[in-house]
Amino acid sequence: MSPATEATETATLDIEGMSCAACASAVEKSLSRAPGVASALVNFATEKATVQYRAGQASPATLKAAVENAGYGVAEHAPSISAAERGAALDQQKALAYQKLKRRFGVAVGLAVIVMALSMLMLWPALMQRVNTQWLNYGLLLLTLPVLLYSGREFYVSAWNGFQHRAANMDTLVAVGTGAAFLYSLAATLVPGFFTSRGIRPDVYYDTTATIIALILLGKVLELRAKTQTSAAMKSLLGLQAKTARVVRPGGQEVDVPLEQVQLHDLVVVRPGEKVATDGVITDGQSALNESMLTGESLPVEKQAGDPVFGATLNTTGAFRFKVTKVGADTLLAQIVQLVEDAQGSRAPIQRLADKVSAVFVPTVVVIAILTFVLWFDLAPVATRLPLALVSFVAVLIIACPCALGLATPTAIMVSTGKGAENGVLIRNAEALEKAYQVTTVLLDKTGTITRGEPAVTDFVAPGQDAGQLWQLVAAVERQSEHPLAAAVVRYADAQRPDRAAPLAATGFRAIAGKGAAATVAGQAVLVGNTRLLADEGVAPAPALAARAAQLLAQAKTVLYVAVAGQAVGLIGVADTVRDTSAAAIQRLQAQGIEVVMMTGDNPQTAAQVAGQVGITRYFAEVLPGGKAAKVKELQAEGKVVAMVGDGINDAPALAQADLGLAIGAGTDVAMEAAGITLMHSDLSGVVTAIELSRQTMRTIKQNLFFAFVYNASGIPIAAGLLYPFFGWLLSPMLAAAAMALSSVSVLTNSLRLRGFSVKG
Amino acid sequence: MDTAAVIVTVAGLGLAAFVLWYFFFSARQTASAVSSSGGVQEVSINVKGGYSPSVIEVERGKPVTLNFYRDEENSCSEELLMPDFSIRRDLPAFQTTPVELLPQVAGRFEFTCGMGMLRGALVVK
Repeated sequence: MSPATEATETATLDIEGMSCAACASAVEKSLSRAPGVASALVNFATEKATVQYRAGQASPATLKAAVENAGYGVAEHAPSISAAERGAALDQQKALAYQKLKRRFGVAVGLAVIVMALSMLMLWPALMQRVNTQWLNYGLLLLTLPVLLYSGREFYVSAWNGFQHRAANMDTLVAVGTGAAFLYSLAATLVPGFFTSRGIRPDVYYDTTATIIALILLGKVLELRAKTQTSAAMKSLLGLQAKTARVVRPGGQEVDVPLEQVQLHDLVVVRPGEKVATDGVITDGQSALNESMLTGESLPVEKQAGDPVFGATLNTTGAFRFKVTKVGADTLLAQIVQLVEDAQGSRAPIQRLADKVSAVFVPTVVVIAILTFVLWFDLAPVATRLPLALVSFVAVLIIACPCALGLATPTAIMVSTGKGAENGVLIRNAEALEKAYQVTTVLLDKTGTITRGEPAVTDFVAPGQDAGQLWQLVAAVERQSEHPLAAAVVRYADAQRPDRAAPLAATGFRAIAGKGAAATVAGQAVLVGNTRLLADEGVAPAPALAARAAQLLAQAKTVLYVAVAGQAVGLIGVADTVRDTSAAAIQRLQAQGIEVVMMTGDNPQTAAQVAGQVGITRYFAEVLPGGKAAKVKELQAEGKVVAMVGDGINDAPALAQADLGLAIGAGTDVAMEAAGITLMHSDLSGVVTAIELSRQTMRTIKQNLFFAFVYNASGIPIAAGLLYPFFGWLLSPMLAAAAMALSSVSVLTNSLRLRGFSVKG
Repeated sequence: MDTAAVIVTVAGLGLAAFVLWYFFFSARQTASAVSSSGGVQEVSINVKGGYSPSVIEVERGKPVTLNFYRDEENSCSEELLMPDFSIRRDLPAFQTTPVELLPQVAGRFEFTCGMGMLRGALVVK
């Protein structure tokens, strides 16, 4: 064995079954004694064992055996992967169930069609004379039995299981309804004499029974198909994950390993066009990455050494290496998936009424059906009372649809939270989604929200100078400085020189705190700083230049003078610039009738300037960080429903105070915690998306609930025969079954319309 | 009203009363969680047309693991919802699905199937 393969490797095992610290030491002892193990450390609290072993003599399998020897187990690693796998297994199970359901539906339809045709023939008097009704009924019974026992079996089993648990569901209604029709028909077939002797024609309802089962199964098939689409967005999120990563081994060779084997601090290579495997920090190389799947931002983002990269994003043309900082459930993608999952499990307040109704729905419908039966039996003419009572009883049970009520809200929430994630809008829970729809006022924190939150060069004034040459001098000085303003100047200067010629060298650099910087470049003394720097150095700017500086200052910009060889030759205006998208987004919010208010720590002058630029008329200036929440309260006291949009840690109290908090730009974790909605995309268009999505979702939910309530509230009385005394209308149980099958599908389909959501404009 | 009508009326009303009592007012099966030595409160729940036990008592502030075993293929029970804990979980048929949560406040928290038909409750004390 070569020494290279005997290198020490580290494995982390999830230990199962440890109930006390003594167990941990037992595992540790067993592991330490195993051949090839250099050291073993078992943490009882985290239930993890960290083992260092010589690769040639031990392997994860032998380590597992050692743990099992001690009487404990090793859990499979990498929870987020197992989640994906669990999802796949579940999908398979669902696909199988769907196949089975389709088969049951096929059998039911085939037989129901025959039963129906035979029953119809009997309406033809000439035929009725020739066929022995008794024998025909036996024939129909034989054809209906498979529909009942094979296709409809699940209804009866489920109803019985539910009954034992004192629970009633949709299956209870179907089972009781079809069961009653079938048992009556069975009796009429086996002992027709019992009916005829009492003056009742022994009619059979085999066609009703078979058709109801076929139609309800059709509803189930359609429903299942639609339901899988409600979580499609989630599945595509999970599917974004890379399967393998190209890890650089300590020896320098690159190996493709399955994602779950990638560990913290591993070095991973990403080639052009590849997916980033997990979260990390670039160590060398540079590229532009497409992060649209996580942020909704369609333009690729430039990254270089020191910048973070995220799993599931797509590398474009460059190549780079990154060091793994997060794996499994800690990655950004896993957190997004978790957040969306949580949101889909949460309850919208609007759902409360539907929840209350569906809790008592089925038993109530059963009681209504029984009362219907009794009333018909007591009030109808003796000769027809039993069939009329039976038909109405069955129709009431079959038409009632608790599913439509139950599906109305959650399916819409599922589709829209998934849709939100696709657009970089992460919704924490259904309540936030519902709140977003009620928002009347949006309060924006200026810095980092309306503006970029970092200074940038906005003006350059150098009358009678060669701008390109002057920038070279300025950049040479500022490159030495660590001041944030200097960084903005250098960024701007570099952007002015696409050729990227070698920068000039600066000597004798001096940073003068609070004033600026000075250095000698190309033999000339160059100063970059404010008026105090000029005064210190005895340089007096020309009146025209000073006037221009005053103008820039009035626009709330920071002014840097440039002096070369004792002469003030130019001015640089620096300011936090407004994002390109801010004005348009604010305009769209206002177009929706939402009042947009800005707040900032800046002086009223600056505030007015920025507000005017983006079309905001109301603003709060000189708001201290601690006073932001108070401003939210102030607006709420005016009776407004306030959405607060912010980014930083000091926004957290204001985000929490607001009716709806929106954290912008993948913000800090604290802000995400306090926010109802997190916008991955760092500009205001996400606010528009969130509010529009919320409005469409709430509209869909209201339509669904309205439909479900109206359907049941009108369908049940009609089925009970309410219209019979007036119009002679009685609802056929078969029509009731068709209505019921379509009602839940209608609700689902309406929710699925949200998949077509897109932000207009 | 003839004899048959009287019989149907009496039987019907009796049946209706029974349905109301049976589904709304009769006693439910309640179980208290058993704390493991690790401090986790564990309860096994069988899912078959309903949840048994359907009322689960746990202590506040200690982690809880609810082991749902879905003993049927019926699609009604395939989803589990615990809205108060933001949990929506698929329960594969004939498998145990552990659901972990940490109850912080006392109270009664309902859990239901995807359509709100099957019901149970977590009572936090």
